[in-house]
Formats: sequence, structure tokens, C-alpha cells
Amino acid sequence: MAASLDTAQGLSPSSKPGRPLRTARLRLSGLFWRHPWAKALLLLAPPLLAFALVYLASLAALFVSSFWTVNSFTTEIEHIWNVDNYKTLWEASAYRTIALRTIGIAAAVTIADAVLAFPLAYFMARIASTRTRTIVFVGVLLPLWSSYLVRVYIWRLILNHDGVLNWTLGKLGLPAANLAYSNWAVWLIFTYVWLPFMILPVFGALERIPHSYIEASRDLGARGWTTFRRVVLPLALPGVVAGSIFTFSLTLGDYVTPLLAGGSSSQFIGNVVYDSVGISNNVPFAAAFAAVPLCVMGVYLLIARRLGAFEAM
Amino acid sequence: MEARSTRLALAVWTGLVLLFLWFPLALIMVYAFNRSNVQSWPIPGFTTKWFRAAWDSQDVRDALWLSVRVALVATAAATVLGSAAAFGVARFRFFGRDVVSFLLVLPIALPGIVTGMALDSFYVAGHITVSMWTIVIGHATFCVVIVYNNVLARLRRSSPSLLEASADLGADGWQTFRFVVWPVLSTALVAGGLLAFALSFDEVVVTYFTAGAQNTLPLLIFGYIRLGQQLPIVNAIAFAMIALTVVPVALAQRLMRDTGVLSGRQGGVR
Repeated sequence: MAASLDTAQGLSPSSKPGRPLRTARLRLSGLFWRHPWAKALLLLAPPLLAFALVYLASLAALFVSSFWTVNSFTTEIEHIWNVDNYKTLWEASAYRTIALRTIGIAAAVTIADAVLAFPLAYFMARIASTRTRTIVFVGVLLPLWSSYLVRVYIWRLILNHDGVLNWTLGKLGLPAANLAYSNWAVWLIFTYVWLPFMILPVFGALERIPHSYIEASRDLGARGWTTFRRVVLPLALPGVVAGSIFTFSLTLGDYVTPLLAGGSSSQFIGNVVYDSVGISNNVPFAAAFAAVPLCVMGVYLLIARRLGAFEAM
Repeated sequence: MEARSTRLALAVWTGLVLLFLWFPLALIMVYAFNRSNVQSWPIPGFTTKWFRAAWDSQDVRDALWLSVRVALVATAAATVLGSAAAFGVARFRFFGRDVVSFLLVLPIALPGIVTGMALDSFYVAGHITVSMWTIVIGHATFCVVIVYNNVLARLRRSSPSLLEASADLGADGWQTFRFVVWPVLSTALVAGGLLAFALSFDEVVVTYFTAGAQNTLPLLIFGYIRLGQQLPIVNAIAFAMIALTVVPVALAQRLMRDTGVLSGRQGGVR
């Protein structure tokens, strides 16, 4: 059998030049076969090392530098340990408001996306024909991958006072809406841009529910709504939580949409960080404020893990 | 099994949500041909001159070139590292395996501002001056996750007994890889690479913190929109970017068709 494979690949045993090379390769294969850990190490060491050296080291740097300060005269970073940044964040009510606004809008976006996504995902998974399902799938996927910045920008054009929205309202004889540059606009745009991130995992979770479960529920006398509430919904929940990780986290860590589409009272945590780095060059303070969404997401991920969201990602 | 009215209501809902998703994209396609440089609705007339203007702009060209270079290098690095990690996690059981797969997803599960700010503090603390490479390092970090997810999903679907069969038939490691693993894997790898490229090409939140004064194409557009400058050019670039993302995503979708693994960007597969 070995010979036939060799012949098939043009490496027949009689072909002399291939021989020593092949022996060496076979020996190497045997070595890896006997010591699988050597292969595992060879495969895992480069990516994990790179990951630890860059990403974990960066998170550590973020954490450490949040305990430093910037000298207001020299604008140099002083490596003296203190908690002044956190004290400022805690004591200034402006920063508290910004943190609460960020978390609140992130939660509102997540809820809106779940409400919009669930019926669509249900339709895709359980009602649509294979053909329709493919069309809807691509219809969700392409917006997900098209430029984020462009999608935010278009909404600015739509919501502007002389944009499509007010033009349509005017044609219908309705009063003009003043949505542009407000928290409503920020909420709407975030809901729009992150919606596909919710649809896909919910669809995945619904699609995995075996049909026999639903038949069993009906055989046991449950009506449509009871089956939905007691069988479908609990099994779909991990998908919703998995989607919510993305909608919540992506909103929590954004500054582009509030900056482009928000008003004067739409500042997010990200905007303060952005300004601290870009304008006042205060990296330690920015790091301290960035630690807030980091902690919020840490807690969120732990809860999500409990709810089985990681299997549904 | 659902009542007729329920099915109809769900179908209508799906149609409306798809309309919500697609209406703005269709609109920018119209705005790109706006004759006026005032972006109000309805547009007064059509022209194609802004495409020419965008193409002729040196700033746009420089930014585009930087974006392409960054995306190519980041994708290459992510493909190598991501598939190596996927092989390791899929084929071996070891202590801390769950921790590894959890950690690798962090760059896309954590808020962008955290990743961006973390990289910035890292560069500042390490006295690393910004260059193309600081952007590449940032992009590679989250592009690895995309490739990792795509390849891992494919490996989990392929049976390990295929490898044993190959070894039993006398193949060495290289032959097994070339004739058994590669045919199964190649499309997942290409799809992962395409999506990683698309993500890198589009990223703005993290990139700002790693770019300094350099402009990638998204950073350039971000600046234009923020300052309200060059909006006709922004429209033309927006048109091109949307038209261009269709290509890699449609390709990736075709390659992963029978597996439906395209949800790779959101950490995930099934």
C-alpha cells in the first residue's frame, strides 16, 4: 500500500533522489507520532508567544500605566504609583454620567437588536425554504462586512435636517424630526451597525434545536406558545447571549459613532479616552478610563459563560 | 407547524428588517453620483466626476496604499499564526486548552477602545515609535481570531481517523498534509484570509491608537467626515468600498458554502 501511494505521488521507491529525503521525512513523522507533545508545542508556541508578548503585555501595560500620572508642566509620564486617575473618575460627576450613558446606551442597543433579530432568525431557521434562507443569510452578511464608517456616515446623511428622513416626513405631511446629533441617533445607528452580529448566533442556536424536541412537546400536549416559551426560548438563549456579547461590547468600546452622529451630550467613555490621547496626551488617565469597559466586559463575559454563550458563538 | 398568520407575520418582519439593513447601503450608491457638493436630499442631478476626483487625490492614494500594505501583512501573519493555533487546539488535549481558546477570542470580544488603548499604553511604555508595523501588530492581533475560528471549525468537522488512515497507508507527515489535510483545509484558510483582509482594511477604532499621524483609508475618511471636508469624495470612496467588500465576502461565502462558517467575524462558528 505504501508503494502505491508513493507511485501515485510520483515518489516511487525506485526514484533515487527522493529516497533520502523521504526517509528523513518518515523518521520525522515517526518522531512526532511518538511524541505528540513536540508537535503540539511546535504548533502552539509561536501564536501563543506572539499573543502573550503583544496582547497580554498590552493589557498589562494598560493596567500599570493607569496608576501613573502625567506631569502637567513637562507632560512627561511620571512613574509614581498612585490612584489619582481613579479618584478623579470616581469623584467627578461628569465622568460618572459618561460611564453610565455608555453602559445604558450599550444595553439599549443590545435589547433593540435582540428584538429585531429574534423573529428574523426564527424565520430563517424554522420557516424559510433553503433558497430563501440563503438569500436572507447573504442579505444579513453583506451589511455586516461592508465598511463600518460608511454605514455610520450614511445615517448622518439620512437623519440630517435636509436629509431623506425629513424629506419623506414632509411628503407625508408630517412635522420634521430632529433626530440628528442626539443620543437617539447614536442608539439608532449602533442598533443598525451591530444588528447582524446578533442575528447570526441566534440563527445558529435556533437551527440547532432538533425538530424532534418540538414534536415531543406537541405530543405532550403543549400548544404553540407553550412550546415556544418552554422549549425553543431556553434553547435559543445561549445564542442571544452570544450575540449580546458583541452588540454590548462593540457599543461600549466605540467613539466613532458618538463623535460623528452624537450631540454635545452624547460623549462616550471612548470619546474621553480618544481626547485624552489625541488632545491632552494624558495616556495614564485614558488607560484608567479604558479600564472601566474592560471590567464591565470581564463581568459580562463571566455571566455569559455561565449561560452557555461560548458554545453558541 | 406554526399557524399561517404567524408565518406570514414572521416573513413580513424579516422583509422589513432586511429593508432596514439595505436601504442605507442603496442610498449611498445614489449619493456617490450627487452633482452638488451639498449632501441634501433629493440630490439635484447626477455626475461621475467625484470618482475621478477621489482617484486623483494624492492623500487618498497614499492612504489606500498604506491600508493595502497593512492588510496584506496582517493577513499573512494572521493566517500563519491563526491556523497553527487552530491545529494545536483541535488536535491536542492539554492542560489549559479552554483558557487558550478563551484568550484568543479576547481581542474581538473586548471593546475596541480597550484593545486600542492597551496597545497605545504598550507602545508608550516600550518607547516604540509608530510606524506601519505598529498598525500591523494591532490588526494581526484581531485578524488571528478570524482565521483561527474558520480553520478550527473546519478541523472539527474533519475526522482525525483520516490522518491515521493516511499514516497506515505509509504516508509521511508532509504527504498527509499535502494530500489529506490541505484539500479539506484550503477553502477554510482562503475564506479566513479574505475575511481577515476585509476586517483589517475597514478597521478604525483600534487603528487610531496605533497609527499616530499616519492615515489609513478609514482614518482618512473619518477625518474628512468629522471636519465636513471633501464629502463628495467620501461618497465616491464609500461607493467603492461597499462594492469592493461584496467581492471578498461573496467569494468567502462560496468557499464556505457547505459549512456556513462565515459568521467567523463574530467569534464564530457553530
